Amino acid sequence: MDISSWDGTISLAEFHVAARALVEKWKRVSSASPPWSWVSCPKQPWVASHEVSVEGYLSLENIILVSIKEEHDELLSFPQKEETSCSDKEESIDIATLVQSQSDRDEICYYDLHIVYSASYRVPVLYFRVYYSDGEPLEFEDIKKHLPAHSAKTLLDSKWTFITQEEHPYLKRPWYKLHPCGTGEWMKLLFQGDVSLARNGAAIEVYLISWLSFVGQVVGLRIPYEMLNQL
Amino acid sequence: MMEAQKYVWEGAIPLQIHLHESEVTTLPPPLPALILAPRIGYLPLLIPHIKPHFNSTLPPGVDTVWFEYKGLPLKWYIPTGVLFDLLCVEPERPWNLTVHFRGYPGNILIPCEGEDSVKWSFINSLKEASYIINGNCKNVMNMSQPDQVELWHSVFNAGNLEAYLKVSSKLKLGTAGHEYSANLNSGSFVSRQSTGDTDATGQVKTGRVPVRLYVWGVSEDFDDLEDAPQIDSWDKISYINRPVEIHGEEGKCFTLLDAVKSLLPEHFQYKSLTNEESSKEEGEDEQKVPSEEGGENLSEDVESCYPSDNAEVKLVRIQGIEPKLEIPFSWVVHNLMNPEHFLHICVCLKVSQVKIPSDG
Repeated sequence: MDISSWDGTISLAEFHVAARALVEKWKRVSSASPPWSWVSCPKQPWVASHEVSVEGYLSLENIILVSIKEEHDELLSFPQKEETSCSDKEESIDIATLVQSQSDRDEICYYDLHIVYSASYRVPVLYFRVYYSDGEPLEFEDIKKHLPAHSAKTLLDSKWTFITQEEHPYLKRPWYKLHPCGTGEWMKLLFQGDVSLARNGAAIEVYLISWLSFVGQVVGLRIPYEMLNQL
Repeated sequence: MMEAQKYVWEGAIPLQIHLHESEVTTLPPPLPALILAPRIGYLPLLIPHIKPHFNSTLPPGVDTVWFEYKGLPLKWYIPTGVLFDLLCVEPERPWNLTVHFRGYPGNILIPCEGEDSVKWSFINSLKEASYIINGNCKNVMNMSQPDQVELWHSVFNAGNLEAYLKVSSKLKLGTAGHEYSANLNSGSFVSRQSTGDTDATGQVKTGRVPVRLYVWGVSEDFDDLEDAPQIDSWDKISYINRPVEIHGEEGKCFTLLDAVKSLLPEHFQYKSLTNEESSKEEGEDEQKVPSEEGGENLSEDVESCYPSDNAEVKLVRIQGIEPKLEIPFSWVVHNLMNPEHFLHICVCLKVSQVKIPSDG
C-alpha cells in the first residue's frame, strides 16, 4: 500500500483482514480481557448464516468501562439534571444493592461495542449500547454522564453529527453510532504521520487497531499499550 | 428530464390517519384525519397538521408520536413514499395508517425529537451521499447556514423544486456516468448555476451511486399483487445500504437490473469488472473471519459459493412506479432519486426453495 496516495479508507475485503488481525492480536496481548469476536450475520433473513460468511461485524460485549475520576469531575461542571431515574432503579432492582455505589452516577454499566463496515464511507464505524446489570438500557442523558469529558463536550458542540442513535445495520435496532464522515481523513493523517506505519507494507493489519486506539477513547475504551507497541 | 423530477417532487400519497383506539378518551371517537403526504417527505413532519385534529381526545401525558401500518411501527427516517411502495404492496388509497401519541416503541424505532431529528437525519444522509460521490462531505459540511435552511425548507415544504435545485447545485453532487446531466442542466432556471455542475460532471472520480435497497423475499410465486404476503415485521426486510459501483464498459449499457443484481451477490452472479487482484481459496462455512487471502476478493468468494442465480427479481418499485429493468441505471438515478441524493429501490425477490450449496 502506497501511503502517500492513500485516502485513508479500506475496502470490505481489507476490513475483514484488519478484523481478523484485531481479533488475534487482542487475544494474544490482552488474554485477560473479554475477546473481540466476529459475528457472522447475513443481511437477508432467508439466507442462512452459515452460507455466507462475508457479512458480519466485530463484537466486544458486556464490558465495563470505568471512567477516570478527574474526567468525572470535569463532567460535573456541565449542567446536569438530577439523576432521579437512576435512584428509581436502585430501589426497584435487587441486584443494584450488590453494586457498591457511592452515588447513582457510579452504578456499574456495561457496554456492547460493535464495529461495522460502512460501504458508503469505506471505513469502520463504531456502534455501541450501554445498559445496567439488569439489562435496562441507559437513557442518552445518562450515557453522557458516563462518557469521558472530551466526548461529552464534543457532544454538546455537535449534537447531531457526532454520536446519534441509528439503526444497527445488522441487528435493526436503535444503537448509538459514532459518525464516520471524518474517519478516512484522520486515518490518512495518522498513517502518514507515523514513519513505521508508512514504511510497513502490512498496514492493513494494523488499520483497525490504530482506528480503535482513537475511536475507543470516545467511549473510554483503552487499548492495551502492547497492542500499539507491537505494531 | 426535468419533468420526471417534477413528478417526483409533486408526488403525494393520500393518507387516512386513525388515532389508535387505546388513546381515544372521548365519545364519539374522532374521525380519521385526511392528509396528503409528499412522497419525498417524512411522517413526523405531518404531526403539526394532524395533532390539532386529535388533541382534544388524547389522554394526559407527553407526546411521543409514531405511526403504524397494520401493526408494523413505521421508521420515520424512511421517506414516506418509500414506506408506501415497500409496505403497501397492493397500493391502497387512501393509505390507512394509525397514529400513536403515547407509548413510543423505543426498542424498535429510533427516537424522534420532531423536525430537528428529521432534518439532521436528512443532512446526514446528504453527507453520506456526498461522500459516496465525491469522496468527502466538504461541500455539505461547508454549506452556509442560509443555504442549509433553504435546502431543508425546500424539502420540508416539498414541492419547491426550483429552490432545491438552486441550492443543491452548489453541492456539486453530479453522479457518475450520467449522460443525461447535460439535458438536466439545459433546463431554463438551472442553467445559471450549471457551470459548476457541468464541471463536476467532467470531474467525476468514481462511479459510485448512493442507493438504499429494501428487499423482501418471497418463496412462493404470486400472480397478483393482492396475493402478495403482508410485510408484518421489519425482520422480513433486508435493508442494503451500499453504493452501486458503475464500471462503464464501452458499448454496454449499465441497466437498472445490473444495478440491483450487483447489490445482491448472494443471489446473482454479477460479473464484477474491477481489476482488484483476486486469490480465491477456502470457503469454509464456519470461518469466522475470512483470512488475509480469503478476504482479498469478496465478490469472487461469494460467487464461488453460488454456482448460479438462485433468485428472481419479481418487482422493482421506485417512486411509485415499476420501471422496466432494462432502462439505463443513470436515467433512473437522475430522475428518481430523493433530494438527499439517494435512490431508494424497493425490490421483491423470489428466492428458490432449493437448498443453496454453501461451498462451490
